[in-house]
Amino acid sequence: MRSAGLSAPASSVAVAAGPVSRDAAASAPALTAACLAVSRDLALAFRRRGQLVQPLAFFVLVTLLFPLAVSPELARLRSIAPGVLWVAALLASLLALEFLFRDDAQDGTLEQYALSGQSLTWLMFAKTLAHWLLTGLPLSIVAPFAALSLGVGPAALPGILAAMVVGTVTLSLIGAIAAALTLGMKRSGVLLALLTLPLSLPVLICGARATELAVSGNAYLAPLELLAALAVLAVTLAPLAAAAAVRISLE
Amino acid sequence: MKAFLDMGGYAAYVWPAYAVTLIVLLLNIAWARGALTRAIAAARQRLGTEARDA
Amino acid sequence: MSWTWFHKLASPPYVYKLAARLTPWFAWPAALLILAGLYAGLVLAPPDYQQGEGFRIIYVHAPSAWLSIMVYVVMGVSAAIGLIWRIKVAHAVAASCAPVGASFTVAALVTGSLWGKPMWGTFWEWDPRLTSELILLFLYLGYLGLRAGFDDTQRADRASALLAVVGLVNVPIIHYSVTWWNSLHQAPSVMRVGKPAMPAAMLTPLLMVLLGFTLFFVALLLVRLRAEVLRRERTASWLREALRA
Repeated sequence: MRSAGLSAPASSVAVAAGPVSRDAAASAPALTAACLAVSRDLALAFRRRGQLVQPLAFFVLVTLLFPLAVSPELARLRSIAPGVLWVAALLASLLALEFLFRDDAQDGTLEQYALSGQSLTWLMFAKTLAHWLLTGLPLSIVAPFAALSLGVGPAALPGILAAMVVGTVTLSLIGAIAAALTLGMKRSGVLLALLTLPLSLPVLICGARATELAVSGNAYLAPLELLAALAVLAVTLAPLAAAAAVRISLE
Repeated sequence: MKAFLDMGGYAAYVWPAYAVTLIVLLLNIAWARGALTRAIAAARQRLGTEARDA
Repeated sequence: MSWTWFHKLASPPYVYKLAARLTPWFAWPAALLILAGLYAGLVLAPPDYQQGEGFRIIYVHAPSAWLSIMVYVVMGVSAAIGLIWRIKVAHAVAASCAPVGASFTVAALVTGSLWGKPMWGTFWEWDPRLTSELILLFLYLGYLGLRAGFDDTQRADRASALLAVVGLVNVPIIHYSVTWWNSLHQAPSVMRVGKPAMPAAMLTPLLMVLLGFTLFFVALLLVRLRAEVLRRERTASWLREALRA
């Protein structure tokens, strides 16, 4: 039953994408296929709403660990808040990465994508975008509230939101490459972390710096711009690498 | 000689550093040669089985 | 321009025989240079006016650090060549580099800490160089871990090659971020390795060990390359003849 439900949208995407690519050669069929992929992923994810909440719950849980482990004094928590928020976000997005390709790899949709003749790069971008909408974006929205619980003043919240939104985009994109590389492996969780974390360090450094400046009330535009630059780089290059990785994994 | 070994008081840092590096150099030699020996043995074995199967 | 020599390098039997012939030409000069350089560094070079005899660690730390980075670059470039042109020998080169590079990264970290203790007072200092070395170690471990996850050598080659290329592109970004991060929370002295200009008596042993370690790496690479080429060869024809030698 479940697999029938999952493969039906897959074949409808392939069928819908097929005629589009044959007829409308001029009007960006890759873009259409990508949009279809995004809406499919979102629709599928909403069927299992419970799973959507898990990375958020993990994020809040990790944030909660620090007051318990360190001290309930808000002043002390405020000083470590940027680090705590970003490490928690990093770990939560790592956890969520497992969902990125798992189902599609299992039911053959990923192979369909690779064989469909559509640009696999655009499809990777689409899948990562959908994944970010489902994990990174909610995380970024919850982060300011977590920051409040760590003694951060309300004036800092917009800055935290901005940094998180931009940073999580890059994290999703980098994670997609690692997820694609470890596609076939069972119990790849630790390896996934080992591959993703070193590559995510620049995001961590810039994001934490932007958050730190926001928390202390200073101008945070410079690190935010660095974060944006990283995101642009990731958007341009990561889907390409992820597509290559998927092809290698499916060989 | 004693002054040399003493390294101006830094002996506890200089000599272990040299020792570790030397160990890494030697380990690399052993490791690389071991890899080659094992690869040759495995290839010989593969050739042997193919000859038997042929 | 004749490209035949380049095409020959893609041929496993040719590379196997060439590597065997070339190894002593790198191994012996390497041994000579390293021993001579270390002797010169330990005995002949004058003590530093600031760090006294402690600075002599540079003669083991600098070549280790140099090797850790250079090997990663060689690994990344050969991985890219293997990916783009699908040349098995290139993948074999990349696979040979990883363990060597990782071990010298460890050596660089250990010698760096040992150098740090008398100079900064602590065994570990989050300065940009040591932190970057630590991250580089994880890049190597990730590469080795990914390789280990595949049974099929060809899949392992291609997947880890992609990782190596992605890693190589990231190395400047990571290094820049770490340097920037460190400058924000300015910790005291950073290791000043030989700048301002070192006197010749100090510099010459350094150049000798740097070159010696590099030749040593090439010799190791040649030995490991033969093993990796053997592992990837299925057709028996040239193997039989090569193994008899």
